[in-house]
Amino acid sequence: MGVDRREFLKIAGYAALFGLGGKAAIDILAPGELEASMQGIPLTQGKRWSMVIDMRKCLKQQEAGKDGCKECMIACHREHNVPDWGNPKHAIKWIWQDKYEHVFPEHPNQFIDEGVRHKPFILLCNHCLNPPCVRVCPTQATFKRESDGIVAMDMHRCIGCRFCMAACPYGSRSFNWGDPRKAPKELNPDYPTNRAYPERSMGVVEKCNFCVELVAKGELPACVQACDKIKVHALNFGDLDAPESNVRKLLREHYTIRRKPALGTEPNLFYII
Amino acid sequence: MYDGGKIIIGLIIGIGLFLSPFFYNAGKAAKAPEPELTAMAKEAKVCVAQKSYMRESHFTMLDEWRNTSVRDGERYYTAWDGKKYYKSLQVTCMDCHSNKTKFCDQCHNYVDVDPYCWDCHIVPEEKK
Amino acid sequence: MLERAIKGTHGYWGWLIFLLALMGLGLGCYLYQFFEGLKITGMSRDVSWGLYIGQLTYFVGVAASGVMVVLPCYLHDYKAFGRITVLGEFLAVASIIMCLLFVFVDLGNPVRIMNVILYPSLKSILFWDMIVLNVYMLLNIIIGWNVLAAERKGVHYRQWIKVLIYISIPWAFSIHTVTAFLYAGIPGRHYWLTAIMAARFLSSAFCAGPALLILLCLIVRKVTKFDPGKEQIGTLAIIVTYAMILNVFFFMLEVFTAFYSQIPGHMHPIVFLFKGLQGHGNFVPWMWTAAVFAILSLVLLIVPATRRNEGTLTVACIILIIATWIDKGLGLIVGGFTPTPFHTVTEYWPTTPEMLITIGIWATGFFVLTILYKIAVSVKEEVAA
Repeated sequence: MGVDRREFLKIAGYAALFGLGGKAAIDILAPGELEASMQGIPLTQGKRWSMVIDMRKCLKQQEAGKDGCKECMIACHREHNVPDWGNPKHAIKWIWQDKYEHVFPEHPNQFIDEGVRHKPFILLCNHCLNPPCVRVCPTQATFKRESDGIVAMDMHRCIGCRFCMAACPYGSRSFNWGDPRKAPKELNPDYPTNRAYPERSMGVVEKCNFCVELVAKGELPACVQACDKIKVHALNFGDLDAPESNVRKLLREHYTIRRKPALGTEPNLFYII
Repeated sequence: MYDGGKIIIGLIIGIGLFLSPFFYNAGKAAKAPEPELTAMAKEAKVCVAQKSYMRESHFTMLDEWRNTSVRDGERYYTAWDGKKYYKSLQVTCMDCHSNKTKFCDQCHNYVDVDPYCWDCHIVPEEKK
Repeated sequence: MLERAIKGTHGYWGWLIFLLALMGLGLGCYLYQFFEGLKITGMSRDVSWGLYIGQLTYFVGVAASGVMVVLPCYLHDYKAFGRITVLGEFLAVASIIMCLLFVFVDLGNPVRIMNVILYPSLKSILFWDMIVLNVYMLLNIIIGWNVLAAERKGVHYRQWIKVLIYISIPWAFSIHTVTAFLYAGIPGRHYWLTAIMAARFLSSAFCAGPALLILLCLIVRKVTKFDPGKEQIGTLAIIVTYAMILNVFFFMLEVFTAFYSQIPGHMHPIVFLFKGLQGHGNFVPWMWTAAVFAILSLVLLIVPATRRNEGTLTVACIILIIATWIDKGLGLIVGGFTPTPFHTVTEYWPTTPEMLITIGIWATGFFVLTILYKIAVSVKEEVAA
């Protein structure tokens, strides 16, 4: 019996004793005001979080700098204590880049527009509406949050069977092949980079969590914040369920594509080309 | 019973070996350590629950916290006195109890438990 | 009956000690993996399963094949197999033990293995695989042991054992079907996403398993006074022949669909395995070895003279086991992960510790098998005497 539940039952019990209805009991348990002030509305109210990536803006910014732009990746990996293993076979990727042909391999076109040929696209978890990774997990360690559709990981529960990695058609899942604390020091001089966020133990799978911990506080995901900070605004995070949201507006006004739509996973990531 | 004598002698030796740690350690019980409070913790006076509950069942609460915050997205905990806390071992608990060695480890070592919290959660930096 | 396992010749003890040494070596390597993580294997973020899961798949097949002696015996009243059903059942037990160990060593967090039971996930095929494998192992232990005990006392086994035997027959098919579903239901892995996967698995199991059983029967005849029987081996050889024909036929069906449709996703894994893709072809010599061995074994099995000759039959069985092992224990897994979701190729090859852990688990399986066979054969020798 959990603390929260026990507490709840106790109060609910008293409330019933005094003849109060359910609403009153809930009010005693969680006074409305406090709740609102602490949970930063309205960002926490999304029902189907999604992202629209404007690759035109992104590529423009990448071409402006000498070494491209890596702001979103740096911000995310710093926020979530993602170490660099220096070995592509063991790489942990939450948000990363790959060339167009690798991102959309089922759109082969020999004579494609030079504007996208071999151009680095931004990749992260698609937070699918119908995620195969969730379906195959034998312990429900990866699950889809009913409230807002984020495909989340429970690192406390993952047994490291890697079935989800086989099931994900987007390569969005990474496994901790070794202990992240033993990742090469010279590549990770200031690891852990965020002392407010945990690290991972060896042998669990991890992935982009759409910054669930920031969204809960009413903040935008770290990658979006980083992109906004340099005034590029290529990453747009919003609620697909709200007809007037920023993402729905972008989708109405632009032609967008998704990765491997034929597989029926219903990605919640859209690319404006 | 064939070889009854041998079996009985064997049994006695076996049971003796099995019990030997008890005899060896008899009367040597170490004194139970007392968790130390930081100045911040002393000043706060109250924890997220009664002291007796925290002493006996903090792990139950931590388990409940991690499940409800990670899985159900309920990130705030309402304490008995109506106060709200952000459910986080690393950010909330260890902010007050920043002396992990004296607050956590002493007792855990004494009762010989090795919680795997610290495999992921970052230990606060302690002054030596 | 267990005491029969501790009375044996020098050869018996030498063999067990040899296996124990291999098990120790494997355990040592496993401890290294346990503390350092799976980075000591050849697996990577792109090929995230490897030799271990391949072995799981292969030995689920061997386990399921026990039904190939049980089914004719109990459903078709083919009395001759009554002599060797227990050998099939005990082979299944040893195989499942290997399977469970292969799953275990593949886990990143083995200490949390009970989470599969604590948080049952009915939509996960892995959850069901665990259920069917464990139940199948229990069924075979109970059936094998009780039938053998009854044989020793010269009485007929109890009626409830008969019920379990009837349950165990469809159950054997289920374990390999569920194992095939691990792969066949995953979107985006073209080599696996095929409705014929379970049928391919069963056909390769029903040739590889009985082929192994033939070799074991020949060894038992050589080292003990118990003769599993010429007729029995002959019937097993016919089963192996038909199953292998089906196995090769089913694979050719895959090849046809892939290459006549010309859909790149379907062709790429097969091209990678047999020709190499994007300059990576470390599996090509292995896959061609498998192909040549498969054809050779089929020739030896189909020609009556070579099938009936125990010398050539032995050769056929050995090369058939090698061919199916390469196909299912190695190529199947890597083919599924190649090309990656980005249409690139990441090579996989098991590392030395990974191979030693694998050998350690094989040794464990053979250790269990040796002891179980020793008990069974001792009982049969006594009954005959």
